[in-house]
Amino acid sequence: MQSLSNRAKKLEKKPMNLSERMYLPAIFQGLSITMRHFFKKKATIKYPEETRPMSAVWRGLHVLKRDEKGRERCTACGLCAVACPAEAITMVAGERKRGEENLYREEKYAVSYEINMLRCIFCGLCEEACPKAAIFLQNDKLAPARYERDEFIYGKDRLVEPMPIELTSSAAAR
Amino acid sequence: MELSLLLIKALIILAVFGVTLLIATYSTYAERKVAAFIQDRVGPNRAGPFGLAQPLADAVKLFFKEEFVPANANKFLFIAGPSLAMLTACMSSAVIPFGGTLIIGGEAIHLQAIEVNIGILYVFGIVALGVYGIMIGGWASNNKFSLLGAIRAASQNISYELAMGMSIIALLLVTGTLSMRDIAAQQGEELFGISGMNWNIFYQPLGFLIFIVCAFAETNRVPFDLPECETELIGGYHTEYSSMGMGLYLFAEYVNIFVASAVMSTLYFGGYNFPFMDQLGLPHNVVTILGTVVLFGKIFFFIFFFMWVRWTLPRFRYDQLMNLGWKILIPLSIANVILTGGAILLKQEFFQ
Repeated sequence: MQSLSNRAKKLEKKPMNLSERMYLPAIFQGLSITMRHFFKKKATIKYPEETRPMSAVWRGLHVLKRDEKGRERCTACGLCAVACPAEAITMVAGERKRGEENLYREEKYAVSYEINMLRCIFCGLCEEACPKAAIFLQNDKLAPARYERDEFIYGKDRLVEPMPIELTSSAAAR
Repeated sequence: MELSLLLIKALIILAVFGVTLLIATYSTYAERKVAAFIQDRVGPNRAGPFGLAQPLADAVKLFFKEEFVPANANKFLFIAGPSLAMLTACMSSAVIPFGGTLIIGGEAIHLQAIEVNIGILYVFGIVALGVYGIMIGGWASNNKFSLLGAIRAASQNISYELAMGMSIIALLLVTGTLSMRDIAAQQGEELFGISGMNWNIFYQPLGFLIFIVCAFAETNRVPFDLPECETELIGGYHTEYSSMGMGLYLFAEYVNIFVASAVMSTLYFGGYNFPFMDQLGLPHNVVTILGTVVLFGKIFFFIFFFMWVRWTLPRFRYDQLMNLGWKILIPLSIANVILTGGAILLKQEFFQ
């Protein structure tokens, strides 16, 4: 049959010569290849002891930041919830009362702030939408696997950054 | 006198049995490690340091699983199959000389469980019996795939035993004895002024090649593991087995590998002899112990070789297997017998 492009390579099936029919050279070649792999450096990362280094721009678990005096920055404006394409964020806003000035920076604050980690796609749009620099996606923490679905709804108890130590000690001194 | 002799023999038998089982246990670990290393992985490393407790964990797991017998299986034969496979595998290491003689209190103790003057024939007989374990287990499962695996095992063993026997006949022409102890001792003589180097591999390279190929087939190892060919037969003869029945089959395979390695080292690679063994001027007992260590080194190398080949070569097709056995290995081994006989005749006629 005429080939259309004339580029088809004509392959001829030759009968095997003696060394090929003995198979032994081929077997030794194969053995030497596997032996080379035997001494190769292994690609495995032994997970719980070693972890793969994370990228600097990795978007992991969210955190709600505090300002330099330890007050929550979030003002419950809802821009993050609007920006969220997966609708993972819900919040309830509340008014700051007298005497709570050292807890919340603005007059309005988030009474509850929940992120459903099963819905979240870790796109980072909440971080971009936030006008108060309150929410960030950390590059060193993951939302780990859990047994129950409701454990994936992260409230303020797990999202707000813990109070820095020097501020807690100075507050205790006062 | 008689009692102490019996006690020593019992001790040696116990030691050989224990060592056989220990090596077979750790062969499972070594197999997984070798497989992993060849495939650029690290292998089991969780149980104990470097995963050394892995065989124990596997054994505990197998013991605690349910021993399941299929509804229409022949219950007695179903249990007899793996038991027979294990029994025959453990029996054959009895005649292998694991060392020379230890002289304790003026008495020479041979480091060999049983000396029979037909040692090779004994090993052959027991290895041939081994296929009954697979046959019975495969037949009793009442499963088409198991039966096919068992039939394959039987026909493969019969085909390759012929070539193996022929390669051994050529070896026996050289050694002139069937006793494993004598064959091992003969290889301790001098060759070109080096003592302990008179190994049969130098006289029978072709015979050794045939023997090792047949040993792979007899132990049902890759590239001849058609009885348990997963792609065609699910699991082959042990498809229906679970728990310790399965464990015994797998374990028997490793015991067989150990025995095949020991037989190859003893018949072709000088057994417990090592180069310059009589020229070092060491005391007799030290040489014997060193010899035992060397023999185990050779055995470990062959066990490693079995695994190395397993992770290198693909499986034969069934017709290729039969072609290799009947059309290549048997004519080759017969030619080897004739050549060896001719060479011995020539030597007797002209060089003595």
